[in-house]
Amino acid sequence: MSEHVHAVQPEADMVQLLTPEGQRVEHPEYPLTITDDEIRSLYRDLFLVRRIDTEAIALQRQGELGLWASLLGQEAAQIGAGRALRPQDMAFPTYREHGVAWCKDVDPLTLLGLFRGTNLGGWDPNSNNFSLYTIVIGAQTLHATGYAMGVVRDGAVGTGDPDRDTAVLAFFGDGASSQGDVNESFVWAGAANLPIVFYCQNNQWAISEPVERQSRVPLHHRARGFGFRGVRVDGNDVLACLAVTRDALDHARAAQGPTFVEAYTYRMNPHTTNDDPRRYRPGSEADTWKLRDPLERVRAYLVREAGTPPAFFEELAAEAEQLGEHIRTGCRALVDPSPASAFDDVYVSMPDELRVERDQFVNFVEEVSA
Amino acid sequence: MTSAPTAPVTMAKALNDGLRKAMEDDPKVVVMGEDVGKLGGVFRITDGLQKDFGEDRVIDTPLAESAIIGTAVGLAIRGYRPVCEIQFDGFVFPGFDQIVSQVAKFHNRSAGTMRMPITIRIPSGGGIGAVEHHSESVETYFAHTAGLKVVACSNPSDAFWMIQEAIADDDPVIFIEPKRLYHAAKAEVAASPTPLYSAQVVRPGTHVTVAGYGGVVPTLLESAKVAAEDGVELEVIDLRTVSPLDTDTILESVRRTGRLIVVHEAPQSFGVGAEIAARVTEKAFYSLEAPVLRVAGYDTPYPPSRLEHEWLPNLDRVLDAVDAVMEY
Repeated sequence: MSEHVHAVQPEADMVQLLTPEGQRVEHPEYPLTITDDEIRSLYRDLFLVRRIDTEAIALQRQGELGLWASLLGQEAAQIGAGRALRPQDMAFPTYREHGVAWCKDVDPLTLLGLFRGTNLGGWDPNSNNFSLYTIVIGAQTLHATGYAMGVVRDGAVGTGDPDRDTAVLAFFGDGASSQGDVNESFVWAGAANLPIVFYCQNNQWAISEPVERQSRVPLHHRARGFGFRGVRVDGNDVLACLAVTRDALDHARAAQGPTFVEAYTYRMNPHTTNDDPRRYRPGSEADTWKLRDPLERVRAYLVREAGTPPAFFEELAAEAEQLGEHIRTGCRALVDPSPASAFDDVYVSMPDELRVERDQFVNFVEEVSA
Repeated sequence: MTSAPTAPVTMAKALNDGLRKAMEDDPKVVVMGEDVGKLGGVFRITDGLQKDFGEDRVIDTPLAESAIIGTAVGLAIRGYRPVCEIQFDGFVFPGFDQIVSQVAKFHNRSAGTMRMPITIRIPSGGGIGAVEHHSESVETYFAHTAGLKVVACSNPSDAFWMIQEAIADDDPVIFIEPKRLYHAAKAEVAASPTPLYSAQVVRPGTHVTVAGYGGVVPTLLESAKVAAEDGVELEVIDLRTVSPLDTDTILESVRRTGRLIVVHEAPQSFGVGAEIAARVTEKAFYSLEAPVLRVAGYDTPYPPSRLEHEWLPNLDRVLDAVDAVMEY
């Protein structure tokens, strides 16, 4: 097998603001004014989100979760995008956006129900402006597009009021870029100039299929054909992801239309805990990407350039321990669904015939568990 | 403000008036679909709505059915109440995933926190001499999907009221419009609606219950007239709702008549008739004087239009079934 990592070369103009070695660099189109304290805060996000992921994988290994979709390697792509959002902005995730959920103040435990089998998601998309995890690949991009149509109809774009103008952030992956729904979203959003950012985490692999199975051109080049901007950003560089997404969201809020952001990154772990990447990709590839780790470069910067004392990292490690405990304890405490709950939210107004089925099932479960 | 039409109207006009009233009643109602704006829809059901409510509320969409439905989901999350038009029955399938996997399941996935008050209008069925994909009956696919409701109107009065009731419902509704009845006949519109999820006995009778919905209902009424000339009194039930099914109204009738024929255009196997036969067998077995029969579309693709009048459930096929249950 050829070295996939070289199959689609990063563009020379891939936006990068922090090198893998932790050096700040400038990009003429994406200046970023940011304090070291703010960078420390981003590092905290990256570090804690990685801990959420590690804990969830362990819980899956222990049989507490049926499945987990790891974000390892994609922390910067998600935190950079997530921290660019304003409270009124709406995010539409796939099933891997644990880092974006974190930025939207969604308790990590909320995400676990789906993977533990205690519910099918179970949160209110409007409570944190974070829609439900969507498993059918690409389907959520149309929901995001429709939501953006609603934003326009509400007059919530282009007013200049920073608390009112609203953008929509639609997440998907390189595999989803082949889906009809994603391409229909591009058509609609382009034609209507909607306030939406299409944020593609190109993590190189759609389970076993490399990105060159999906596209002959770099993914962000597709945007031009739909009539909006496309930009490729170093998806392992949280500063670049923040700057590029912030710019794209500003563009959307100002009624300037959509942007396609291709966050060029790598799925360090299997597709999910059920996957075995040894069957389709060489281990050397992960070794290469490990040198581009999204956390290490920020840590290197903070230590070498920003004079961050060891105490910061020690406190963060302690905070991560607490978070880990919260996840481990909370996961085991998630309540199993009641038999009736399978029926209760199928409809707003339950038809009589379903009520009969519900009662039969509830009685059946009571009898067999008596 | 629009009120119920006072003069007799066609089903097409009744639907147009009903949509207009729904848009007046709730500013969150948006109508979207292919050609629904300037053109007023290929059947003119949305005629004049864009002129009166603007392009933001009557949306000419790109030609992408999955997106018509998928964006309606997003609009619903944002607080809107979308009414989607699928131009023809056979074109709903590109939107099938969004209907079945998203519209139908979103409320449940959200543990009841998010509602999907989406109405999907589908001009349906045959009898208009159309080309392939323009004459299909798709309701069974959706009746098989938890989270959706499926209704079908068969006359102008129901059309006017049912479309408003469907739009007002907080659950997603597949709204089947029998396209060959759009301009078939004018009729009076009732002053008030019948509850949406109920069947109606539209002609009382004593010998055989004949139940159907949508485009076949006029055929059932015609069959009852002809059968009465031979002394056989058919009780005709307009089911109006396919899912949920008003089983009680059917059972009540069958317990009196002892005989049941279910009629629909959709292919026979695994269809609404099969479901009704199962329920009646389960609940009214000892009332039955004859097996429950089905008169339905055959288990073929919809045929070339020059065959459709023989292929569709028609007067002769229904009367043959009546003879069969009477002679059993």
